[in-house]
Amino acid sequence: MEEVAIVGVGNTKVGEWYDNSLRGLTDEAIAKTLQSANISPKEIDATFIGPMSSGLFNQQEHISALIGPHSGIFAPALRVESACASGSSALRVAMMSIEAGYYNTALVIGVEKMTDLIDIGEVTTALGTASDGEWELGVGATFPALFALVMRAHMHKYGSTLEEFASVAVKNHKNGSLNPDAQFQKLVSMETVMNSRIIAEPIRLFDCSPVSDGAAALIVTKKDLAKKYTDDPVYVKGTGSGIDHIALHNRKDITTLESTKRATKEAFKRAKIKVKDIDFIEVHDCFTIAEVLALEDIGFCEKGKGGKFSLEGETALNSTISVNPSGGLKAKGHPVGATGIYQVIEVFKQLRNEAGKRQVTKNDIGVTHNIGGSGATSVVNVFSRGD
Amino acid sequence: MSVPRFWRRIHSLYRLEGTKCSKCGRLYFPERNRCVDCNTYDKEKFIFSGNGKIITYSWVYTPPKGFKGGIPYCLAIVELEEGPRLTTQIVAVEKKKVKIGMPVEFSFRKISAEGEEGVITYGFKFRPKGYPTNK
Repeated sequence: MEEVAIVGVGNTKVGEWYDNSLRGLTDEAIAKTLQSANISPKEIDATFIGPMSSGLFNQQEHISALIGPHSGIFAPALRVESACASGSSALRVAMMSIEAGYYNTALVIGVEKMTDLIDIGEVTTALGTASDGEWELGVGATFPALFALVMRAHMHKYGSTLEEFASVAVKNHKNGSLNPDAQFQKLVSMETVMNSRIIAEPIRLFDCSPVSDGAAALIVTKKDLAKKYTDDPVYVKGTGSGIDHIALHNRKDITTLESTKRATKEAFKRAKIKVKDIDFIEVHDCFTIAEVLALEDIGFCEKGKGGKFSLEGETALNSTISVNPSGGLKAKGHPVGATGIYQVIEVFKQLRNEAGKRQVTKNDIGVTHNIGGSGATSVVNVFSRGD
Repeated sequence: MSVPRFWRRIHSLYRLEGTKCSKCGRLYFPERNRCVDCNTYDKEKFIFSGNGKIITYSWVYTPPKGFKGGIPYCLAIVELEEGPRLTTQIVAVEKKKVKIGMPVEFSFRKISAEGEEGVITYGFKFRPKGYPTNK
Protein backbone atom coordinates (compact mmCIF):
# COMPACT_ATOMS: atom_id res chain seq x y z
CA MET A 1 0.00 0.00 0.00
CA GLU A 2 1.32 3.42 -0.95
CA GLU A 3 1.05 6.27 1.56
CA VAL A 4 -0.84 8.63 -0.74
CA ALA A 5 -4.39 9.41 -1.81
CA ILE A 6 -6.05 11.30 -4.64
CA VAL A 7 -8.50 13.92 -3.43
CA GLY A 8 -9.60 15.86 -6.49
CA VAL A 9 -9.55 15.65 -10.29
CA GLY A 10 -10.41 17.81 -13.29
CA ASN A 11 -10.15 17.59 -17.06
CA THR A 12 -11.23 19.10 -20.33
CA LYS A 13 -13.43 17.15 -22.69
CA VAL A 14 -11.15 15.37 -25.18
CA GLY A 15 -11.44 16.67 -28.72
CA GLU A 16 -9.92 18.76 -31.48
CA TRP A 17 -9.70 22.16 -29.84
CA TYR A 18 -8.44 24.45 -32.59
CA ASP A 19 -9.72 27.44 -30.61
CA ASN A 20 -7.77 26.63 -27.47
CA SER A 21 -4.07 26.37 -26.58
CA LEU A 22 -1.84 24.10 -24.52
CA ARG A 23 -1.92 26.75 -21.79
CA GLY A 24 -5.65 27.34 -22.06
CA LEU A 25 -6.57 23.65 -21.84
CA THR A 26 -4.30 23.15 -18.85
CA ASP A 27 -5.74 26.20 -17.09
CA GLU A 28 -9.23 24.73 -17.48
CA ALA A 29 -8.16 21.35 -16.06
CA ILE A 30 -6.38 23.01 -13.12
CA ALA A 31 -9.37 25.21 -12.25
CA LYS A 32 -11.69 22.19 -12.19
CA THR A 33 -9.19 20.22 -10.10
CA LEU A 34 -8.76 22.94 -7.47
CA GLN A 35 -12.52 23.17 -7.18
CA SER A 36 -12.92 19.40 -6.99
CA ALA A 37 -10.45 19.11 -4.07
CA ASN A 38 -11.61 22.36 -2.51
CA ILE A 39 -7.95 23.32 -2.20
CA SER A 40 -6.20 26.68 -2.43
CA PRO A 41 -3.14 27.06 -4.69
CA LYS A 42 -1.07 27.89 -1.58
CA GLU A 43 -1.56 24.35 -0.26
CA ILE A 44 0.13 22.84 -3.32
CA ASP A 45 3.78 22.10 -2.60
CA ALA A 46 4.84 20.98 -6.07
CA THR A 47 3.58 20.48 -9.61
CA PHE A 48 4.49 17.58 -11.89
CA ILE A 49 3.50 17.84 -15.52
CA GLY A 50 3.64 15.28 -18.30
CA PRO A 51 3.32 16.31 -21.92
CA MET A 52 5.00 14.01 -24.41
CA SER A 53 6.17 16.54 -26.93
CA SER A 54 5.09 20.15 -26.49
CA GLY A 55 8.27 21.05 -28.39
CA LEU A 56 7.24 19.31 -31.58
CA PHE A 57 3.47 19.83 -31.28
CA ASN A 58 3.46 23.42 -30.00
CA GLN A 59 6.97 24.84 -30.41
CA GLN A 60 7.00 25.22 -26.64
CA GLU A 61 9.39 23.68 -24.12
CA HIS A 62 9.88 24.68 -20.49
CA ILE A 63 6.22 24.10 -19.82
CA SER A 64 6.92 23.51 -16.13
CA ALA A 65 7.20 27.31 -15.97
CA LEU A 66 4.51 28.03 -18.57
CA ILE A 67 1.67 26.32 -16.74
CA GLY A 68 1.73 26.88 -12.95
CA PRO A 69 2.18 30.67 -12.70
CA HIS A 70 -0.43 31.27 -15.43
CA SER A 71 -2.93 29.54 -13.15
CA GLY A 72 -1.69 31.23 -9.98
CA ILE A 73 0.41 28.33 -8.73
CA PHE A 74 3.99 29.18 -7.84
CA ALA A 75 5.04 25.82 -6.37
CA PRO A 76 8.20 24.29 -7.81
CA ALA A 77 7.38 22.46 -11.03
CA LEU A 78 8.96 19.59 -12.92
CA ARG A 79 8.24 18.06 -16.30
CA VAL A 80 8.26 14.26 -16.56
CA GLU A 81 8.42 12.61 -19.97
CA SER A 82 8.05 9.01 -21.09
CA ALA A 83 6.14 9.40 -24.39
CA CYS A 84 2.49 8.34 -24.08
CA ALA A 85 3.14 7.23 -20.48
CA SER A 86 4.20 10.74 -19.44
CA GLY A 87 1.04 11.40 -17.39
CA SER A 88 1.34 8.20 -15.34
CA SER A 89 5.05 8.74 -14.92
CA ALA A 90 4.42 12.28 -13.60
CA LEU A 91 2.01 10.78 -11.06
CA ARG A 92 4.64 8.24 -10.00
CA VAL A 93 7.25 10.95 -9.45
CA ALA A 94 4.71 12.99 -7.45
CA MET A 95 3.92 9.97 -5.27
CA MET A 96 7.59 9.25 -4.70
CA SER A 97 8.28 12.83 -3.64
CA ILE A 98 5.42 12.68 -1.14
CA GLU A 99 6.39 9.25 0.19
CA ALA A 100 9.96 10.46 0.55
CA GLY A 101 8.65 13.17 2.85
CA TYR A 102 9.69 15.98 0.57
CA TYR A 103 6.20 17.36 -0.07
CA ASN A 104 2.73 16.91 1.42
CA THR A 105 0.56 17.71 -1.57
CA ALA A 106 1.19 17.82 -5.30
CA LEU A 107 -0.68 18.83 -8.43
CA VAL A 108 -0.17 16.37 -11.30
CA ILE A 109 -1.03 17.39 -14.83
CA GLY A 110 -1.12 15.49 -18.09
CA VAL A 111 -1.56 17.45 -21.29
CA GLU A 112 -1.18 17.24 -25.05
CA LYS A 113 -2.29 19.77 -27.61
CA MET A 114 -1.76 17.87 -30.86
CA THR A 115 -3.84 19.76 -33.40
CA ASP A 116 -1.50 22.75 -33.59
CA LEU A 117 0.13 20.59 -36.28
CA ILE A 118 -2.25 20.25 -39.19
CA ASP A 119 -0.15 18.13 -41.56
CA ILE A 120 -0.69 14.45 -40.75
CA GLY A 121 2.90 13.66 -41.82
CA GLU A 122 4.17 16.08 -39.19
CA VAL A 123 1.90 14.58 -36.52
CA THR A 124 3.03 11.09 -37.50
CA THR A 125 6.67 12.19 -37.28
CA ALA A 126 6.20 13.92 -33.90
CA LEU A 127 4.62 10.76 -32.48
CA GLY A 128 7.27 8.68 -34.21
CA THR A 129 9.94 10.23 -32.01
CA ALA A 130 8.65 7.93 -29.26
CA SER A 131 10.09 5.03 -31.28
CA ASP A 132 13.78 4.55 -32.12
CA GLY A 133 14.38 7.75 -34.10
CA GLU A 134 17.42 6.50 -36.01
CA TRP A 135 16.56 2.85 -36.59
CA GLU A 136 12.74 2.83 -36.80
CA LEU A 137 11.31 6.27 -37.66
CA GLY A 138 14.42 6.92 -39.76
CA VAL A 139 13.65 4.01 -42.10
CA GLY A 140 9.97 4.84 -42.51
CA ALA A 141 8.31 3.29 -39.46
CA THR A 142 5.26 5.01 -37.95
CA PHE A 143 3.32 4.05 -34.84
CA PRO A 144 0.50 2.41 -36.77
CA ALA A 145 3.18 0.52 -38.73
CA LEU A 146 5.00 -0.68 -35.60
CA PHE A 147 1.77 -1.94 -34.04
CA ALA A 148 0.90 -3.47 -37.43
CA LEU A 149 4.16 -5.44 -37.22
CA VAL A 150 3.09 -6.69 -33.80
CA MET A 151 -0.46 -7.45 -34.97
CA ARG A 152 0.74 -9.44 -37.99
CA ALA A 153 3.18 -11.40 -35.82
CA HIS A 154 0.43 -12.06 -33.26
CA MET A 155 -1.95 -13.32 -35.97
CA HIS A 156 0.81 -15.54 -37.36
CA LYS A 157 1.90 -16.97 -34.01
CA TYR A 158 -1.47 -17.37 -32.28
CA GLY A 159 -4.02 -17.41 -35.09
CA SER A 160 -5.77 -14.29 -33.81
CA THR A 161 -8.20 -12.73 -36.31
CA LEU A 162 -9.12 -9.30 -37.66
CA GLU A 163 -12.61 -9.80 -36.26
CA GLU A 164 -11.16 -10.29 -32.77
CA PHE A 165 -9.20 -7.03 -33.01
CA ALA A 166 -12.22 -5.17 -34.40
CA SER A 167 -14.27 -6.26 -31.38
CA VAL A 168 -11.98 -4.13 -29.19
CA ALA A 169 -12.86 -0.97 -31.13
CA VAL A 170 -16.60 -1.78 -31.14
CA LYS A 171 -16.64 -2.34 -27.36
CA ASN A 172 -14.65 0.82 -26.63
CA HIS A 173 -16.91 2.96 -28.81
CA LYS A 174 -19.90 1.50 -26.96
CA ASN A 175 -18.38 2.56 -23.62
CA GLY A 176 -17.32 5.91 -25.05
CA SER A 177 -20.91 6.60 -26.13
CA LEU A 178 -21.73 6.75 -22.41
CA ASN A 179 -18.91 9.16 -21.54
CA PRO A 180 -19.68 12.88 -21.93
CA ASP A 181 -15.94 13.69 -21.90
CA ALA A 182 -15.12 11.31 -24.78
CA GLN A 183 -13.99 12.54 -28.18
CA PHE A 184 -16.22 10.00 -29.96
CA GLN A 185 -19.58 9.31 -28.38
CA LYS A 186 -21.10 7.11 -31.02
CA LEU A 187 -21.42 3.41 -31.66
CA VAL A 188 -19.56 1.72 -34.49
CA SER A 189 -20.29 -1.66 -36.11
CA MET A 190 -17.86 -4.49 -36.82
CA GLU A 191 -18.36 -3.72 -40.53
CA THR A 192 -17.40 -0.06 -40.08
CA VAL A 193 -14.19 -1.05 -38.30
CA MET A 194 -13.25 -3.85 -40.67
CA ASN A 195 -13.96 -1.85 -43.83
CA SER A 196 -12.32 1.39 -42.76
CA ARG A 197 -9.34 2.88 -44.61
CA ILE A 198 -6.02 1.03 -44.38
CA ILE A 199 -3.38 2.98 -42.42
CA ALA A 200 -0.64 0.35 -42.12
CA GLU A 201 -1.78 -3.10 -43.10
CA PRO A 202 -3.32 -4.96 -41.25
CA ILE A 203 -4.19 -1.88 -39.17
CA ARG A 204 -7.15 0.17 -40.38
CA LEU A 205 -8.34 3.60 -39.31
CA PHE A 206 -10.75 2.19 -36.71
CA ASP A 207 -7.99 0.11 -35.10
CA CYS A 208 -6.30 3.42 -34.20
CA SER A 209 -6.88 5.90 -31.43
CA PRO A 210 -7.39 9.46 -32.71
CA VAL A 211 -5.24 12.60 -32.67
CA SER A 212 -6.58 14.56 -29.69
CA ASP A 213 -6.28 17.63 -27.51
CA GLY A 214 -6.85 17.44 -23.79
CA ALA A 215 -5.60 18.28 -20.33
CA ALA A 216 -6.25 16.35 -17.14
CA ALA A 217 -5.10 17.02 -13.60
CA LEU A 218 -5.37 15.66 -10.08
CA ILE A 219 -4.33 16.41 -6.52
CA VAL A 220 -2.32 13.75 -4.70
CA THR A 221 -1.60 14.11 -1.00
CA LYS A 222 -0.41 12.18 2.06
CA LYS A 223 -2.91 9.60 3.17
CA ASP A 224 -3.44 11.18 6.57
CA LEU A 225 -4.26 14.57 5.03
CA ALA A 226 -6.75 13.19 2.52
CA LYS A 227 -9.94 13.62 4.57
CA LYS A 228 -9.20 17.34 4.86
CA TYR A 229 -10.08 17.68 1.18
CA THR A 230 -12.76 15.06 0.56
CA ASP A 231 -14.91 12.56 2.43
CA ASP A 232 -14.25 10.02 -0.29
CA PRO A 233 -10.54 9.85 -1.18
CA VAL A 234 -9.18 7.30 -3.62
CA TYR A 235 -6.13 5.46 -2.33
CA VAL A 236 -3.14 4.34 -4.34
CA LYS A 237 -2.55 0.71 -3.37
CA GLY A 238 0.49 0.14 -5.52
CA THR A 239 2.45 1.49 -8.43
CA GLY A 240 4.81 -0.22 -10.86
CA SER A 241 6.84 0.70 -13.90
CA GLY A 242 8.76 -1.39 -16.39
CA ILE A 243 10.84 -0.82 -19.49
CA ASP A 244 12.19 -2.72 -22.48
CA HIS A 245 14.18 -1.87 -25.63
CA ILE A 246 12.79 1.20 -27.41
CA ALA A 247 13.03 -0.56 -30.80
CA LEU A 248 10.53 -3.35 -31.32
CA HIS A 249 13.06 -5.42 -33.27
CA ASN A 250 15.39 -5.63 -30.26
CA ARG A 251 12.81 -7.20 -27.95
CA LYS A 252 12.93 -10.86 -27.02
CA ASP A 253 9.35 -11.47 -28.23
CA ILE A 254 7.66 -8.79 -30.30
CA THR A 255 4.19 -10.06 -29.36
CA THR A 256 4.80 -9.67 -25.61
CA LEU A 257 5.07 -6.41 -23.69
CA GLU A 258 7.76 -7.36 -21.16
CA SER A 259 7.56 -3.81 -19.79
CA THR A 260 3.90 -4.41 -18.93
CA LYS A 261 4.72 -7.71 -17.24
CA ARG A 262 7.42 -6.00 -15.20
CA ALA A 263 5.20 -3.05 -14.24
CA THR A 264 2.32 -5.38 -13.35
CA LYS A 265 4.52 -7.54 -11.16
CA GLU A 266 5.81 -4.56 -9.20
CA ALA A 267 2.41 -2.86 -8.85
CA PHE A 268 0.61 -6.06 -7.78
CA LYS A 269 3.34 -6.86 -5.26
CA ARG A 270 3.17 -3.41 -3.69
CA ALA A 271 -0.64 -3.47 -3.68
CA LYS A 272 -0.71 -7.08 -2.43
CA ILE A 273 -3.29 -8.08 -5.04
CA LYS A 274 -3.70 -10.73 -7.72
CA VAL A 275 -5.24 -10.22 -11.14
CA LYS A 276 -8.54 -11.78 -9.99
CA ASP A 277 -8.93 -9.02 -7.38
CA ILE A 278 -9.30 -6.35 -10.09
CA ASP A 279 -12.87 -5.16 -10.68
CA PHE A 280 -12.21 -2.93 -13.70
CA ILE A 281 -9.25 -1.57 -15.62
CA GLU A 282 -8.32 1.24 -17.98
CA VAL A 283 -5.75 -0.20 -20.43
CA HIS A 284 -3.67 1.52 -23.10
CA ASP A 285 -5.51 0.74 -26.35
CA CYS A 286 -3.65 3.13 -28.67
CA PHE A 287 -4.38 0.41 -31.26
CA THR A 288 -6.74 -2.56 -30.93
CA ILE A 289 -3.74 -4.93 -30.81
CA ALA A 290 -2.41 -2.98 -27.80
CA GLU A 291 -5.54 -3.78 -25.76
CA VAL A 292 -5.19 -7.43 -26.73
CA LEU A 293 -1.55 -7.46 -25.56
CA ALA A 294 -2.53 -5.73 -22.30
CA LEU A 295 -5.21 -8.35 -21.55
CA GLU A 296 -2.66 -11.10 -22.07
CA ASP A 297 0.39 -9.57 -20.43
CA ILE A 298 -1.41 -8.27 -17.34
CA GLY A 299 -2.83 -11.78 -17.02
CA PHE A 300 -6.60 -11.64 -17.62
CA CYS A 301 -6.34 -14.48 -20.14
CA GLU A 302 -3.90 -16.95 -21.61
CA LYS A 303 -1.15 -15.59 -23.92
CA GLY A 304 -2.46 -15.43 -27.47
CA LYS A 305 -6.15 -15.51 -26.42
CA GLY A 306 -6.68 -11.79 -25.78
CA GLY A 307 -8.57 -11.26 -29.04
CA LYS A 308 -10.87 -14.22 -28.45
CA PHE A 309 -11.45 -13.00 -24.87
CA SER A 310 -12.54 -9.66 -26.31
CA LEU A 311 -14.69 -11.05 -29.14
CA GLU A 312 -16.54 -13.29 -26.67
CA GLY A 313 -17.58 -10.23 -24.68
CA GLU A 314 -15.55 -10.95 -21.53
CA THR A 315 -14.24 -7.35 -21.46
CA ALA A 316 -17.57 -5.54 -21.93
CA LEU A 317 -18.95 -3.23 -19.26
CA ASN A 318 -19.93 -5.30 -16.19
CA SER A 319 -18.97 -8.65 -17.69
CA THR A 320 -16.01 -10.78 -16.53
CA ILE A 321 -13.73 -7.73 -16.31
CA SER A 322 -14.81 -4.24 -17.37
CA VAL A 323 -12.01 -3.05 -19.65
CA ASN A 324 -11.86 0.64 -20.59
CA PRO A 325 -15.21 1.76 -19.20
CA SER A 326 -14.24 5.32 -20.27
CA GLY A 327 -14.16 4.28 -23.92
CA GLY A 328 -10.39 3.89 -23.81
CA LEU A 329 -7.96 5.73 -26.01
CA LYS A 330 -9.99 4.58 -29.02
CA ALA A 331 -13.20 6.46 -28.20
CA LYS A 332 -12.38 8.72 -25.27
CA GLY A 333 -9.39 9.98 -27.28
CA HIS A 334 -5.62 9.96 -26.84
CA PRO A 335 -4.00 13.32 -26.05
CA VAL A 336 -0.81 11.36 -25.49
CA GLY A 337 0.81 12.97 -22.43
CA ALA A 338 -2.59 13.41 -20.77
CA THR A 339 -3.82 9.86 -21.29
CA GLY A 340 -2.36 8.42 -18.08
CA ILE A 341 -4.12 11.08 -16.00
CA TYR A 342 -7.43 10.65 -17.86
CA GLN A 343 -7.19 6.95 -16.99
CA VAL A 344 -6.70 7.73 -13.30
CA ILE A 345 -9.62 10.17 -13.40
CA GLU A 346 -11.87 7.44 -14.83
CA VAL A 347 -10.81 5.09 -12.02
CA PHE A 348 -11.36 7.89 -9.46
CA LYS A 349 -14.91 8.44 -10.73
CA GLN A 350 -15.73 4.73 -10.98
CA LEU A 351 -14.50 4.06 -7.43
CA ARG A 352 -16.63 6.95 -6.13
CA ASN A 353 -19.75 5.90 -8.07
CA GLU A 354 -19.62 9.08 -10.13
CA ALA A 355 -19.36 7.51 -13.60
CA GLY A 356 -22.99 7.95 -14.62
CA LYS A 357 -24.33 5.64 -17.32
CA ARG A 358 -21.06 3.74 -17.62
CA GLN A 359 -20.75 3.06 -13.87
CA VAL A 360 -19.29 -0.38 -13.15
CA THR A 361 -21.16 -2.38 -10.51
CA LYS A 362 -18.14 -3.99 -8.86
CA ASN A 363 -15.82 -1.16 -7.87
CA ASP A 364 -13.51 -1.92 -4.96
CA ILE A 365 -10.28 -2.09 -6.95
CA GLY A 366 -9.50 -0.29 -10.21
CA VAL A 367 -6.27 -0.36 -12.21
CA THR A 368 -4.65 1.81 -14.87
CA HIS A 369 -2.20 0.58 -17.53
CA ASN A 370 -0.39 3.21 -19.57
CA ILE A 371 2.38 2.52 -22.10
CA GLY A 372 4.93 4.70 -23.84
CA GLY A 373 6.10 4.18 -27.41
CA SER A 374 5.47 0.74 -28.86
CA GLY A 375 5.53 -0.56 -25.29
CA ALA A 376 9.07 0.26 -24.23
CA THR A 377 7.65 1.89 -21.08
CA SER A 378 4.71 0.67 -19.03
CA VAL A 379 3.18 2.11 -15.88
CA VAL A 380 0.59 0.18 -13.88
CA ASN A 381 -1.20 1.74 -10.90
CA VAL A 382 -3.66 0.07 -8.52
CA PHE A 383 -6.34 2.12 -6.74
CA SER A 384 -8.93 1.35 -4.08
CA ARG A 385 -11.86 3.03 -2.38
CA GLY A 386 -10.87 2.12 1.16
CA ASP A 387 -7.44 2.30 2.71
CA MET B 1 17.05 13.58 -40.88
CA SER B 2 19.92 15.95 -40.10
CA VAL B 3 23.32 15.32 -41.71
CA PRO B 4 25.21 14.41 -38.48
CA ARG B 5 22.51 11.97 -37.34
CA PHE B 6 22.77 10.22 -40.66
CA TRP B 7 26.48 10.63 -41.52
CA ARG B 8 27.82 9.05 -38.32
CA ARG B 9 25.94 5.85 -39.15
CA ILE B 10 27.05 5.51 -42.76
CA HIS B 11 29.17 2.41 -42.06
CA SER B 12 26.12 0.60 -40.67
CA LEU B 13 23.64 1.96 -43.19
CA TYR B 14 25.79 1.34 -46.28
CA ARG B 15 27.43 -2.01 -45.51
CA LEU B 16 25.74 -3.48 -42.42
CA GLU B 17 28.76 -2.98 -40.22
CA GLY B 18 28.35 -3.99 -36.60
CA THR B 19 30.54 -5.40 -33.86
CA LYS B 20 31.54 -8.77 -32.47
CA CYS B 21 32.44 -9.15 -28.81
CA SER B 22 36.05 -10.38 -28.65
CA LYS B 23 35.37 -12.34 -25.48
CA CYS B 24 32.03 -14.14 -25.92
CA GLY B 25 31.52 -13.65 -29.65
CA ARG B 26 28.08 -12.01 -29.42
CA LEU B 27 27.21 -10.03 -32.54
CA TYR B 28 25.63 -6.60 -32.48
CA PHE B 29 23.91 -4.59 -35.16
CA PRO B 30 24.41 -1.68 -35.01
CA GLU B 31 27.66 -1.58 -33.06
CA ARG B 32 27.72 -1.53 -29.29
CA ASN B 33 30.60 -0.24 -27.16
CA ARG B 34 30.14 -2.74 -24.36
CA CYS B 35 28.97 -6.33 -24.55
CA VAL B 36 25.85 -6.47 -22.38
CA ASP B 37 26.32 -10.22 -21.87
CA CYS B 38 29.92 -10.39 -20.65
CA ASN B 39 30.59 -6.74 -19.75
CA THR B 40 33.70 -6.33 -21.91
CA TYR B 41 34.67 -3.38 -24.05
CA ASP B 42 36.92 -5.50 -26.32
CA LYS B 43 35.29 -5.75 -29.71
CA GLU B 44 36.05 -6.13 -33.39
CA LYS B 45 34.34 -4.87 -36.51
CA PHE B 46 31.89 -7.34 -38.03
CA ILE B 47 30.24 -7.00 -41.43
CA PHE B 48 26.98 -8.91 -41.73
CA SER B 49 26.34 -11.02 -44.83
CA GLY B 50 23.12 -9.21 -45.68
CA ASN B 51 21.09 -12.39 -45.80
CA GLY B 52 18.06 -12.75 -43.59
CA LYS B 53 14.37 -13.54 -43.36
CA ILE B 54 11.17 -11.60 -42.70
CA ILE B 55 9.86 -11.92 -39.13
CA THR B 56 6.83 -9.67 -39.62
CA TYR B 57 5.74 -6.95 -42.06
CA SER B 58 3.23 -4.21 -42.82
CA TRP B 59 2.27 -2.10 -45.85
CA VAL B 60 2.41 1.55 -44.85
CA TYR B 61 -0.11 4.00 -46.37
CA THR B 62 0.34 6.94 -43.95
CA PRO B 63 4.06 7.76 -43.85
CA PRO B 64 6.18 10.11 -41.74
CA LYS B 65 7.79 13.21 -43.29
CA GLY B 66 10.19 12.39 -46.12
CA PHE B 67 8.60 9.06 -47.12
CA LYS B 68 5.57 10.21 -49.11
CA GLY B 69 7.04 9.22 -52.46
CA GLY B 70 7.04 5.49 -51.84
CA ILE B 71 3.58 4.72 -50.46
CA PRO B 72 2.41 2.11 -49.97
CA TYR B 73 5.74 0.63 -48.92
CA CYS B 74 6.50 -2.60 -47.15
CA LEU B 75 8.03 -2.20 -43.68
CA ALA B 76 9.41 -5.30 -42.01
CA ILE B 77 11.47 -6.67 -39.17
CA VAL B 78 14.23 -8.78 -40.70
CA GLU B 79 16.32 -11.28 -38.77
CA LEU B 80 19.84 -11.46 -40.20
CA GLU B 81 21.20 -14.98 -40.62
CA GLU B 82 23.82 -14.18 -37.96
CA GLY B 83 21.08 -13.35 -35.43
CA PRO B 84 20.48 -9.61 -34.93
CA ARG B 85 17.21 -8.06 -36.11
CA LEU B 86 16.52 -4.72 -37.76
CA THR B 87 13.60 -2.71 -39.11
CA THR B 88 13.74 -2.04 -42.84
CA GLN B 89 11.74 -1.65 -46.02
CA ILE B 90 11.26 -4.58 -48.40
CA VAL B 91 11.59 -3.54 -52.05
CA ALA B 92 11.47 -5.02 -55.56
CA VAL B 93 8.63 -7.33 -54.65
CA GLU B 94 4.94 -7.65 -55.50
CA LYS B 95 2.58 -7.01 -52.65
CA LYS B 96 1.10 -10.49 -52.49
CA LYS B 97 4.52 -12.19 -52.57
CA VAL B 98 5.68 -10.86 -49.18
CA LYS B 99 5.33 -13.52 -46.47
CA ILE B 100 6.59 -14.15 -42.97
CA GLY B 101 9.70 -16.35 -43.24
CA MET B 102 10.56 -15.11 -46.74
CA PRO B 103 14.36 -15.03 -47.44
CA VAL B 104 15.63 -11.52 -48.22
CA GLU B 105 18.96 -9.82 -48.90
CA PHE B 106 20.62 -6.42 -48.41
CA SER B 107 20.06 -3.82 -51.09
CA PHE B 108 21.66 -0.35 -51.19
CA ARG B 109 18.89 2.20 -51.75
CA LYS B 110 17.67 5.72 -51.32
CA ILE B 111 15.89 5.94 -47.95
CA SER B 112 14.31 9.38 -47.68
CA ALA B 113 14.28 12.82 -49.22
CA GLU B 114 13.42 16.00 -47.38
CA GLY B 115 11.82 18.12 -50.07
CA GLU B 116 13.38 19.66 -53.18
CA GLU B 117 16.49 21.02 -51.50
CA GLY B 118 16.80 18.81 -48.43
CA VAL B 119 19.18 15.96 -47.71
CA ILE B 120 18.70 12.68 -49.52
CA THR B 121 19.66 9.75 -47.33
CA TYR B 122 20.82 6.35 -48.53
CA GLY B 123 21.13 3.06 -46.72
CA PHE B 124 19.80 -0.48 -46.53
CA LYS B 125 16.53 -1.86 -47.74
CA PHE B 126 15.99 -5.56 -48.31
CA ARG B 127 14.77 -7.39 -51.42
CA PRO B 128 13.83 -11.01 -52.16
CA LYS B 129 16.88 -13.29 -51.86
CA GLY B 130 18.49 -13.90 -55.25
CA TYR B 131 16.96 -10.85 -56.94
CA PRO B 132 16.80 -10.38 -59.90
CA THR B 133 17.65 -13.86 -61.17
CA ASN B 134 14.82 -15.95 -59.61
CA LYS B 135 11.78 -14.21 -61.03
